[in-house]
Amino acid sequence: MANAAFPRPDMPGAQSLQGSKLKSVPMAAPLRQLRAGEFGDHAFALIITASGLAVIGALLLIVYELVLRSGLSWHAFGWKFFAGSDWDPVSEKFGALPFIYGTLVSSLVALVIAVPLSIGVAVFTTEMCPKRFRGSLSFFVELLAAIPSVIYGLWAIFVLVPILYKYVSPLLAKTLGWTGLFTGPFFGYSMLAAGIILAIMIIPIISSITREVLAVVPQHQREAALALGATRWEMIRISVLGNARAGIMGAIILGLGRALGETMAVTMVIGNSPHIAKSLFAPGYTMASVLANEFTEATSNLYFSALVEIGLALFLVTIVVNALARLLVWSVTRGQPVRASA
Amino acid sequence: METKPSSRVPDISLRRRLTDHAMTGLAILTVILVLAPLVAVFGDLVYKGASSLNWAFFTQTPKPVGEAGGGMANAIVGSVLILGVASLIGVPFGVGAGIYLAEYGRNRLGSAIRFTADVLNGVPSIVMGIVAWAIVVLYQRHFSALAGGVALAIMMVPTICRTTEEMLLLVPRSLREAAYGLGVPRWRTTLSITLRTATSGVITGVMLAFARIAGETAPLLFTTFGSPYWNLQPNQPTAALPLQIFVYANSPYDDWHRQAWAGSLVLIILIVGAVSAVRYAVRRGTFGTA
Repeated sequence: MANAAFPRPDMPGAQSLQGSKLKSVPMAAPLRQLRAGEFGDHAFALIITASGLAVIGALLLIVYELVLRSGLSWHAFGWKFFAGSDWDPVSEKFGALPFIYGTLVSSLVALVIAVPLSIGVAVFTTEMCPKRFRGSLSFFVELLAAIPSVIYGLWAIFVLVPILYKYVSPLLAKTLGWTGLFTGPFFGYSMLAAGIILAIMIIPIISSITREVLAVVPQHQREAALALGATRWEMIRISVLGNARAGIMGAIILGLGRALGETMAVTMVIGNSPHIAKSLFAPGYTMASVLANEFTEATSNLYFSALVEIGLALFLVTIVVNALARLLVWSVTRGQPVRASA
Repeated sequence: METKPSSRVPDISLRRRLTDHAMTGLAILTVILVLAPLVAVFGDLVYKGASSLNWAFFTQTPKPVGEAGGGMANAIVGSVLILGVASLIGVPFGVGAGIYLAEYGRNRLGSAIRFTADVLNGVPSIVMGIVAWAIVVLYQRHFSALAGGVALAIMMVPTICRTTEEMLLLVPRSLREAAYGLGVPRWRTTLSITLRTATSGVITGVMLAFARIAGETAPLLFTTFGSPYWNLQPNQPTAALPLQIFVYANSPYDDWHRQAWAGSLVLIILIVGAVSAVRYAVRRGTFGTA
């Protein structure tokens, strides 16, 4: 692009050189120079394009390997793989339903806890917080994202689970036991513990993207609402949240995508039991944690293949969820890059 | 920018004023609820981790089950090895793809790469582990640091790629034009002028990606696998700090729990140190762009 607009500057110089005195000298010298430059440009463009294509190649490689390695299980079980609830490696019966259920339920619990908190923090940071604390507040919230999953797991095992066991579960059983979600014996390692630790982990993602989405709401929208006599909260509700709805939805879905694939912390507290139970007090198992626990222990090819198929399903679900979220966020921030991982 | 405290306006009904106050209170409550786990996690890490840190932790390999003592020296070295392999593979590809997007990528292929990078960013890390297992471990027929490095490298690429693009686009067009005007070929301009000017920004991206993968455990489970011994060879199974924490946290031994806390403290210092350094650099505006 730039080359077309700005022709190579050595061209006129080279021409005048041949034109003026050295007619008999062949044009080889300046031309060679030109070609050397062009060769460098072509080679560079090639290398750079190749590394750009490598990004697409990496994604295709992931799809290829997952499809290839899960073929055995796909041929053995077909769609029934996702509907069967038996997971019995000894007799080679594989059904992924308990893991799908565990993944969905633990992520939903996480969203129920994380969404109000994240939106509250984002609104506070952009609309209420004194300007000088804004930077440090968002830094601290994003610091939550810097803590590795395995450390959350460690903390959950030794701090969160005992607290849940001693204080929270009796309270929940007493007040909300009638819903059927908080019944039965509670040993700490449960869907509830997994949901809470997941919530803590996805709050920084949801709140940082919500903050960015709120920041692009035009200032005059706020001023208009205030000019009509709205209180600050009414202004936030009408002008800010109303305008940012699609983007906040995108932030939530992006958080969901992270929660679905989260492995270590969940594996450490969910209890790892492939049974479907309605109560959140019961242990569960997720798609990611069954991979973490059983992949190195798989003894037969079919067992391996079934695990890879769970990986493929997890991959496809997160791709769809993430693509949807990106489109929603893009529709609000108009293509400005969103730093989800920061 | 600043909004006046609207409750001062005289003719606002009590109900609306109370709602306004209640919502402000709720927002503050959410901030407290979100910051509480942060304080708790860091407090516990420092409290339980620091008391378990000792010289042996940094110099010894793990003792066999049942014996007290020992350390994670081999895991720290192993982590450095794996992260080194990952950076060696991931950084060139990430920066290269970023250069493509910024300098050549205003077309359909560019948009496709951008979208793919965002999608790759969301792929669960454990899936990366499966892929590295399939393309490296299956061919080598044993676990290796290399396989873990490949998994982490794929995870680094999208972050580096997008930040590099952003940083290169910040470099003023006039600088490129000045270089073209002096007869510098395009590739030289990109490398010595554009990339050079954006160096600190690009490094920021690399550090962010590094911080993100430094604590990753899931992709290492069935690629580097872990090991109780010293290992400096990329094609052998290797201990890694996050793996060791995972194993020790799930063990029934108090001494191992203690060491898991110590390992976590070391890991978090590494990561938060990197992130804060980046943050500090960004604050000070040490970007090369004018």
